Amino acid sequence: MNGSQTPLVEMRDIRVSFGGLHAVDGVTITLNPGEVVALVGGNGAGKSTLMHTLAGARPADSGQILVNGQVVTIANPRDARAHGIEVIYQKLALADNIDAAGNMFLGRELHTKTGALDEAAMASATRTVMQRLNPRFKNLSTPVKSLSGGQRQSVAIARAVHFNAKILIMDEPTAALGPAETEQVRELITQLKAEGIGIFLISHDIHDVFDLADRISVMMQGRLVGTVDKNKVTKDEVLGMIIMGKKPDSAE
Amino acid sequence: MTATHTDNAKSTEKRRDWRSVLTATEIDTRLAGMVAAIAVIWVAFHILSGGDFLTSRNLWNLSVQSTSIAIMATGMVLIIVSRNIDLSVGSLLGLLGYVMAMVQTRWIPDTFDLGFGRWYTWIVALIVGIALGAALGAVQGAVVAYGGVPAFIVTLGGFLVWRGLIFRMGEQGQTLSPLDDTFSRLGGGPNGSLGEIRSWILGLIGCAGVSFSIYLARRRRRRYDLGVRPLAIDVCLAVFGCIVILAGIAFVAVGYESPISGDPTGVAYPVVILILVTIGMVYISRRRRFGRYVYAIGGNPEAAELGGINTRKTLMLTFVLMGVLCAISAAIQTARLDAAVTNLGVQNELDVISAAVIGGTSFAGGIGTITGAVLGAVIMQSLRSGMVLLRIDSPSQDIVVGVVLVSAVAVDAALRLGKRRLAGIALTVGLVLAALIVQTGRQ
Repeated sequence: MNGSQTPLVEMRDIRVSFGGLHAVDGVTITLNPGEVVALVGGNGAGKSTLMHTLAGARPADSGQILVNGQVVTIANPRDARAHGIEVIYQKLALADNIDAAGNMFLGRELHTKTGALDEAAMASATRTVMQRLNPRFKNLSTPVKSLSGGQRQSVAIARAVHFNAKILIMDEPTAALGPAETEQVRELITQLKAEGIGIFLISHDIHDVFDLADRISVMMQGRLVGTVDKNKVTKDEVLGMIIMGKKPDSAE
Repeated sequence: MTATHTDNAKSTEKRRDWRSVLTATEIDTRLAGMVAAIAVIWVAFHILSGGDFLTSRNLWNLSVQSTSIAIMATGMVLIIVSRNIDLSVGSLLGLLGYVMAMVQTRWIPDTFDLGFGRWYTWIVALIVGIALGAALGAVQGAVVAYGGVPAFIVTLGGFLVWRGLIFRMGEQGQTLSPLDDTFSRLGGGPNGSLGEIRSWILGLIGCAGVSFSIYLARRRRRRYDLGVRPLAIDVCLAVFGCIVILAGIAFVAVGYESPISGDPTGVAYPVVILILVTIGMVYISRRRRFGRYVYAIGGNPEAAELGGINTRKTLMLTFVLMGVLCAISAAIQTARLDAAVTNLGVQNELDVISAAVIGGTSFAGGIGTITGAVLGAVIMQSLRSGMVLLRIDSPSQDIVVGVVLVSAVAVDAALRLGKRRLAGIALTVGLVLAALIVQTGRQ
């Protein structure tokens, strides 16, 4: 990615603290269109908390967020969505007792002129997106509780795709999936990337990270250790950053 | 050997056919099970009482007596679905009933010096009751949703406060009576029914409504190119619905002749109110965003929050709605008594929660239906009425209702886990215990 381009997202000097604990301590990070930036680090490194500030789940205490070069305020999930930011959470933020269509539109339901839920329209839109993402998906009107992990993940991804996400945050998207389903999600990430969507990928799986990411940001104890180009580092060097909290001399 | 094999195959196939027809109707199996349970209870009591249960008079009374608990149970479903509880409904009902009685017996006639029997008396009383119910519900809901105090504690407080306020208002627990003539019709007493002709009109409206809603659902699904049920099944459902409505009106409502005038009574006003409330609550819970959000919060509060749903406001509104329904039930109960007494609604909270739970509402959250709760209230009232017919003493009635409550939930829980044998055991134990208590409790 060339330097002259405006980044899709720029997070500047973000700080979040819980009581006395600095969960995120002055992190600056950027994301370009069509780019996958992996966030790695041990448990409690602050990756998820940092992404929560972008998603509006937990506003930052200080710092700036720029989307397409404009400073934006993200105080809640609605604000985030208004800027084209969609999240696919680790624990799959789905309501188990509601069907796929209901989950896809959760919080953004389609309604008829009288204000009643337009279930038929929502089911129809869900089917359209699903045909593109997971053509085998048929259970549009059963509660998602009865679906497999992969199917549930495709509901979560369908939500992001349907609402034209420009910026996608994926928190361990393959943690709950089997090998075939993981492959499916990887293909999808590649496809979304080709469409110019920027993706923040939180992952523990170093192989996933090297296969999918363009750049890798390593965090430790709330601080950014460094951001490296995937092609200029080895897996061992990244692991070294995660464990030692130091940037290798060879990178950049 | 081969013969048995083909026989087996044939019978499995037949069973599958039968099942697929049932699946095609898309009827909720849990609701169907409850209707079956009601049928069994009614027939059993009919036989045990020597033919007294399935009479127009008994079923008419049963329908009226179920209304108050059923109306509140529709609101309790939403509260329990969103993982809360409301223990205050009995006390709140008592307070609202008392206030509505004060409006008609003290405030309008004396305080404002307008006299008795005004055309607007009952309307003012109702509006005051409903507004106060909504306001007190909002207070409890706000403390739960915004204050972060568990609903159990908040409504336990409400349980004590609302009941105490009745006595503060009621000058040493005075009974307020008689009430406004028009108001007391809401209880289904004298002149408290639609009468023959208007009952039939209601029935025809009901038939048209059922048929039209089936048609509308069909048209919507077709427009979006989604699968529709076979036409034959939709027609059968519509015809069946109409037959049930008209037969119910013919046998129960019109068939029951008023003991006073000797004319057919028709559908009682409380039952009309229950029907309207049920339709309204089903619509709110299934077709409005508010209802969808209540279920989403119950299913996964975090997902609801992350979905951008205003969960606090939604939770508060469930309590507001509960307060309104308490006011409607309070009007029916005071009107039925033609008086407001200080112990009105005592223990109603337990009956309301039981009705919701027997109706399939789960305390784990996210699961429960309005129609289930109404049927749950009918089951409870059927047990009570049946046992009264069998002259079973009141303490034994309580034991039976308690046993049925626990075993119904046990059966439901076992079926949800797919443990059919366990469900069978729970059902058998419950039935044997209940039968034993009924048999030994007869006087």
